[in-house]
Amino acid sequence: MAADVRLAGPVHPLHAFLLAAPVPLFLGGFLSDLAYGSTPEPQWSNFAAWLVAGGMVFVGVALLWALIALLRSRAHGGRVRLGAVFVLLLATFVVGLVDSLVHARDAYAIMPAAPVLSAIVTLLAALAAWAGSSRLGFWSPGPAHAQMPSGEVL
Amino acid sequence: MKRLLLSAALAGTATLLAGCGGGSSGGSDPSQFGGDPSLPDQQRALVPSMKIADPTPWGSHHPVVPAGYTITAIATGFGIARQTLVLPNGDILVAEGRGGGESALRPKDLIAGFIKAKGTSQAKSGNRLTLLRDADGDGVYEGRTVFADHLNAPYGMALVGGQLYVANQDSLVRFAYAPGQTKASGPPVTVTELPAYINHHWTKSLAASADGRFLYVGIGSNSNITERGMAAELDRAQIWQVDAATGAHRPFATGIRNPTALAIQPGTGQLWAVANERDELGPNLVPDYLTSVREGAFYGWPYSYWGQNVDSRAQPQDPAKVASAIRPDYGLGSHVAALGVAFSNPAMGARFAEGVFVGEHGSWNRSRPSGYKVVFVPFRGGRPAGPPVDVVTGFHDPGGATFGRPVGVTVDPRGALIVADDLSNTIWRMVPARRAPGAEAPARPAEPATH
Repeated sequence: MAADVRLAGPVHPLHAFLLAAPVPLFLGGFLSDLAYGSTPEPQWSNFAAWLVAGGMVFVGVALLWALIALLRSRAHGGRVRLGAVFVLLLATFVVGLVDSLVHARDAYAIMPAAPVLSAIVTLLAALAAWAGSSRLGFWSPGPAHAQMPSGEVL
Repeated sequence: MKRLLLSAALAGTATLLAGCGGGSSGGSDPSQFGGDPSLPDQQRALVPSMKIADPTPWGSHHPVVPAGYTITAIATGFGIARQTLVLPNGDILVAEGRGGGESALRPKDLIAGFIKAKGTSQAKSGNRLTLLRDADGDGVYEGRTVFADHLNAPYGMALVGGQLYVANQDSLVRFAYAPGQTKASGPPVTVTELPAYINHHWTKSLAASADGRFLYVGIGSNSNITERGMAAELDRAQIWQVDAATGAHRPFATGIRNPTALAIQPGTGQLWAVANERDELGPNLVPDYLTSVREGAFYGWPYSYWGQNVDSRAQPQDPAKVASAIRPDYGLGSHVAALGVAFSNPAMGARFAEGVFVGEHGSWNRSRPSGYKVVFVPFRGGRPAGPPVDVVTGFHDPGGATFGRPVGVTVDPRGALIVADDLSNTIWRMVPARRAPGAEAPARPAEPATH
């Protein structure tokens, strides 16, 4: 059954870039949060706040792109992929927004929520990037990758 | 898997958002007045409750004062009027300026700076002292001269004998002053440099000991709660005692987050201060306070507030310091932003014969604002006795329109309360009605008149 899902090709290269860019930024935010947790040096929390904010810029644009592409897409396989990308990006955006607000707190008030949220948002951003760029849809085991259709670029 | 992750994320979001939306109690909570204020649990909302003042011209509005008193705008058009000093001949000095100018370190600083600036004066920093004179005693201040300019955000002022001391945001300076002088005879002499690195809380409050030997300088913290690092708090959140003759200084009291105004109690010579406490713990934390300042005492900031109530946002904590923290004398309510204090005298009328006036600027960290008025804290036997009484109100209407924001308050010994308003940049003068024959006339500038 799953093998019947036909996937369109990976997303547009620029969209792929927008999907990938937040991953290292959120990861940097997470690592900075860990550094702040082990040294009460607030410069680390400043770094984390900017890194998360930077990730959110790319997530926001990628989310908008995914929405428009989803609305314009007619192929079933494309809609499955874009739907997954959209949902994962939306989750990334929501968690990232909460993470940004937590990072706006002063000094140690960001703990312990900040590293937890930054870890979740990093993971979600990575899943969104994977969903958008992988030839093999991770949700779709089986030979789907062998049945790439017309190379529709979304 | 996707669904699982998403629902986990959303559940986390819902939990965090549950912290929002608290704090709808209007005005100050009366249970936070006095020596034993109620202290609710700390709140950490995702978005702090806030309300930014909406600056509005006075128009037909005017400050409201108690029956039997009148209030007049005696001068306006300042480069941000902060504090005033009544000189022995009745002249009034107005310190004008805006200090600070810290750089934004986080996305939050950019956003919060933009939002908060909407609630303040757009006027350019005057960096000067202006002298106002009412030569014939009719309550109309017809004389106006620049006493000194090219200062650096002057704030606190004190006159000791023939020396006028002025606390700039970065230095304590003095001018020679002779009675009747309308202009400084030369540039000021620096008494001592003051801590000015970053200068998050830039205002330097000032009072002189009764014998004139010492000056007390209030120096605010460099952050809300150490978010710029502990190193930035060196010499901050303290009151310095400065030797007037040599400029030598030592910390007189520490752990006072932002001692925005100082006053010496007549008779006892005791130093008093009003101080602004920390933000972002909820609309009813932490009460700003009025206190006699005990020599050598530690008042808690940043580790704790109101004695031993630990604020874990400040790390690393210092349990020994927390244990040594003393409680201030008198809570004024949370986020009232007390910026002025002055001892009254019997010339202000029987109701206000003994106690202090406190100018409450009002703050952002409350969805229903507190402050935005001048209150009177009655004293008995030299100590606060009873809840604060509203004296000058009407700066703020419930719809959010804000016409003025009180800062410095000064009592003219002849029986007048001088209030500096740094939003409409006006100096207000409240007098007992019978004592002010001239005050019934419209104010001299085309400004809201009497009430």
